Parts: sequence; C-alpha cells; structure tokens
Amino acid sequence: MPDSFVPSPQEILRILPELVLVLAGTLIMVLTPLWRRQGDGRFGVLSLGALAAALVATVAAHVHRGPAFQQMLEVDGFATFFRLLVIGVGGLTALLSLPYLRREQAEPGEYHALLLFSVAGQSLMAAANELIMIFIGLEISSIASYILAGYLREDRRATEAALKYFLLGSFATAFLLYGVAWIYGMTGSTHLGEIQAALTVAAPPPSELLVAVAAAMMFAGLAFKVSVWPFQVWAPDVYQGAPSPVAGFLSAGPKAAAFAVFLRIFLTAFEPAAERWAAFVWWSALISMTLGNFAALVQSDIKRLLAYSSIAHAGYVLVAVTAHSEAGAAAAMFYLAAYALMNVGAFAVVAHLARKGERYVEVEDFAGLAVTQPGAAALFAIFLLSLIGVPPTAGFFGKFYVFKAALDADLVGLTVLGLLNSAVGAYYYLRILVVMYMREPGEAAASAPAPTSATRVALWICAFGTLLLGVWPSLILGSAERAAAFVR
Amino acid sequence: MDAILFFVFAVIAVACAANLVVQTHPIAGALSLIGVMGSLAVLYLLLGGEFIAAVQVIVYAGAIMVLFVFVIMLLNAGAERPVGRSVVARYLGVPVLVIFLGLLSYVIQSMLPASEAVRFGGFDGGAPAEVGRLLFTRYLLPFEVTSVLILVAILGAVVLGRKEL
Repeated sequence: MPDSFVPSPQEILRILPELVLVLAGTLIMVLTPLWRRQGDGRFGVLSLGALAAALVATVAAHVHRGPAFQQMLEVDGFATFFRLLVIGVGGLTALLSLPYLRREQAEPGEYHALLLFSVAGQSLMAAANELIMIFIGLEISSIASYILAGYLREDRRATEAALKYFLLGSFATAFLLYGVAWIYGMTGSTHLGEIQAALTVAAPPPSELLVAVAAAMMFAGLAFKVSVWPFQVWAPDVYQGAPSPVAGFLSAGPKAAAFAVFLRIFLTAFEPAAERWAAFVWWSALISMTLGNFAALVQSDIKRLLAYSSIAHAGYVLVAVTAHSEAGAAAAMFYLAAYALMNVGAFAVVAHLARKGERYVEVEDFAGLAVTQPGAAALFAIFLLSLIGVPPTAGFFGKFYVFKAALDADLVGLTVLGLLNSAVGAYYYLRILVVMYMREPGEAAASAPAPTSATRVALWICAFGTLLLGVWPSLILGSAERAAAFVR
Repeated sequence: MDAILFFVFAVIAVACAANLVVQTHPIAGALSLIGVMGSLAVLYLLLGGEFIAAVQVIVYAGAIMVLFVFVIMLLNAGAERPVGRSVVARYLGVPVLVIFLGLLSYVIQSMLPASEAVRFGGFDGGAPAEVGRLLFTRYLLPFEVTSVLILVAILGAVVLGRKEL
C-alpha cells in the first residue's frame, strides 16, 4: 500500500459523517458567544440539521464502502448500521433537549456541541477497525457524555452523577488500554484483522493465558461502557442524576456504539479464543439480567428503575453475543435498535412529566396520567409493553431473535433463564402501567403541561418505530443479517 | 551493567508509584509521579528508544507535571482527609489487589521461558524520522482525530468551569 498521506476522495467520503458532525460542533462553538443573547432554539435546529446531513453522508459513505485511512476504518454494512443508529439516537436527543434546555434555562450552545461530538465519537467507534481508533472514538464519546451528564451544574445530583461517571469511566478506559497494550505486545499489531491472523496462524501461537488476560481487560473496559455485570454499579446513580434526555441518550447511543466495538473485537480479533471467553460472557449475561430485573422490582424512582432495566437489557444483548454466530450478531444489532427506540421514548415521557428541576420522577407521580394526558400515557404504555417484549412491538422480536440465536448455538440453559427473567421484568413495567391507568390523578399528573411540539415529534417517532419494527421486523433485520456477515 | 540499571530504575518506578497512592498530600503525590515518569524514561533509554525517552521527560515529567503542580497550587489543595470508606473496600481492597497483581505476574512468569529475552538497546525503530513518518501515514487518522478529543476536553472544561451568567 502506498504510504501517501494525502487521502483519496473516497477516503474522505467514507469519513464524511464524522467530518460533518465535528464541523457542525465546532461551528456551534464559534456561534455560541455571538448568539448568546438571542433565542435558544437556533442551536437545536443547527444540531438537528447537522445530524440529518450526517445521516445522508452515512448513506453516501455506504455506497462507496470499503477501508479508509490505512485500514483504520472499515466502512461496511455493520458500520453503516451502527452509524445510522447512533446518529438517529443523537437526533432524537437533540429534539428532546430543545424544550428541556428551555425549561431548565441552561445554555444550549455547548450542550448541542457536546452532543454532536459525542455522536461523532460513537460513529467513529462503529466504523473503526483498529484498536487505537476504537480507543480514541470511545474517549471522544465518553468525555462528551461525562460533561453532558453534569451539564446542569446547579443540580447536586447531576454533579454527583457526572463525577461518578467520569471517575469510574476513566478507570474502565485504563483497563481497556492496558488490554490493548497486552494485545500489541503479543501480536505486534492493533489492527483487528491482523490480530485475528496472529492468533490463528502464527507459529508459535501466543500463549492462551495471555490472550485470556488481554481479552479480560478489554472485556472489563467495554463491560463498563455497556453497563453489564460486574461493572454495572454506576448506571443507576448516573441515570438518576443526569438530565432525562441525556439519560435516554446514554442508555441508547454510547451503549450501542460500545456494543458495536464489543461485537467487532470479540467476533473478529478474539474469535479464535471464543470457547474461552464465551463461558465468562455467559455468566455476565445471566447475572446482568437477573440483577437488573430483581433490583428494578424495588425501585421507586422511575429513572433508577429504567437504569436497572437497562442493565437487564444489556444482559439480553450479551446473550446474543454469547452465541458468537452470525445470527447472534444480527440479533444483537436488531435488539440494540429496538431498545434505542423504546428507551429513548420512555425517557422522553419521563423528561416531559418531570418538570423543572426534575421534581416528579417517582413511579407514584405517574398516577392517573392516563386521565389527564391520555396521549402521553398511551405512548408510554407502548414503550413499556415493548420493554416487556409483548407483540406486536419491537421488543418482542428483539427478544425473539436473541433467544432464537441462543438456542441455535445450543445455549438452552441461558435461554430458559433469560425467558424467566423477562417474566420477572414484566412485573415492574406493569406496575407503572397500573399506576398510570388505575389510579386517580395525583399532583404531578394533574398539573402536567401539554407536551411541546418537539417532545411530541420525538415521542411519535419512537412509538412509530417501535410498532413498525414490531409488525415488520425484516425491515432492518435483513440489513442486520447482511451486515453481520463479517463474523466468520 | 544494563541489568543493574534496569533493576535500580524499575524498583524506583514501582516504589514511586506505590508512594503516589499512599501519600495524602497532592504535592507529595505529584513529586512521586515525576519519579515514576523519570524512571520510565530511563527504562526506555535502556531499551534503545532515545527519542521516546526524551519525549517522556519533556512532555510528561516536564509539561504535564508543571500543569499538575500549577493546578494543585491554584486550588490550594491541602492534605486529603480520610472519609468513611465502605466496609468492602476497607477489608477486601488490598487482598483483591494482591491477588490481581499475583495473577498478572504468574501469567507473565509462565510465558517467560517460551519467549526470547529482552535485548537492551536492541530497539531501533524509535527515531524521530520513523515516528514522524508513521504518524503521518499509517496513524494519520488517529493523530488527527486526537485533536477532536482535545477540543472536547477543552469545551468540557469551559462548560464546567465558567462563572454563572
């Protein structure tokens, strides 16, 4: 390969989504002091426009797919799938943040710039095919997320959340980096394909023990980012303290990107050692599901409840990863897309009802919402039913494909335990439904203002997507299956 | 001679790192960190990475540590006060750490006979020209994207540090 440092037009095209996002983020930074005194809606519109342009750029990049920048990036179906997912989640978050920032009287400029940078980092992670690139993408996404979590500085809970997220997150990143260093020491490469080659055909092959240690370190780093056992402790505190739109974003965007990296690393570079790590991921999946579901049973704060539920859902995705097959990767991708839609929707309802300073975030505060705001309650009910996994919602097919992939890989025990877990999970989602539909309106529901048009649009997009994937799952399952073809 | 130097500076690095964790005053911690960085630079030099050793001293022991000390000075940070730690951390922290380090050293130990010994001064790929060429060819993209990372960090510092308007 020629060692030219002038990138070809194709290479520029393949990184165009990130370029658009970073340029728009920088533009917002420049405009912030100029637009300070004027209305705050313009930053949101700019940010939404940039995300829409990034979606178009992603499709354009997919038309000219292939490796870019000395194989640092691999723009394939898998990358495009996750790029579209994280950019879409970013768009929904930007939409929800419009009324939220106005309500909390927070500066919109830096918020939207950070959001765009975070999405750019996740988009890089989705396309990265090399450990250094993955690490930098992960750091861009994480650092922007830490600050977004603590964006409302007057709120003590938000500050605490940001600090916890930052300290534990940095620790996890250090583990990931240490794992990368071990891999480099063993194989002399940080490129995923070369690592896989070194682990399979090198003579003499690297010691299995060393591979296990490196894989364990990288698992630790990524498990933190996707909040699965044993690195899930931060999630409830952070989701509770972070602004509701940011909590929804954290549970969908960074998590999906981290799972993309997880799938790429463990299903390509570490595939030769799959027998070893699958056993550990089996336990991690099981304990995440069980712990998340049982802890969610006793929560009274809705954001904590959704945080524990997000741990459980990450466990379901790990079930699909444990299968380490093409069907498993496709099921995980479908599940992440479905989960993003329903969970961002759920957090949108929470953000809407919470009011200034997030006063109403107890499950009890949803009492009688069906009477005062039947529309919002009905949409929330759709998201909750989808989180349970009731047909015809996206959640049903998500679970269906995950457990089907697990059964095909002979993971009967894990499938049975996972299904039992879903039954446990149904209880706490139903509890919210019961409170919402069977109770007299409380103070929170009675005084709730009508949803703003931005919230309404976001809610309808999420609900429409949830139902669409529930009746027509092949819409994205087909592309997920084609994209998962990288699993050999 | 190389082996003796290696052991001396390796021991200094580990001792300084342990001291960094134990110290309660931030300035003492910062000084220990300089010790770690300096000894690591010597280790790089022993392996033959002159350029990396120089960068280690200039960037880490120099620039970054000066910044650390400035921040400590500006914050006027005093000695750290012990707060009630969780029971798990108090009783399990050290044993778990020992087990973890023991496992790591066991793994490294077990692979030692199979791999060739380290040759001091044997590394010859770390000249400025080669590092520069790699940065601008193979690692061009990570190199450029790092600037976005730094931009995000600066933006974050502005957001978290600005005065109320």
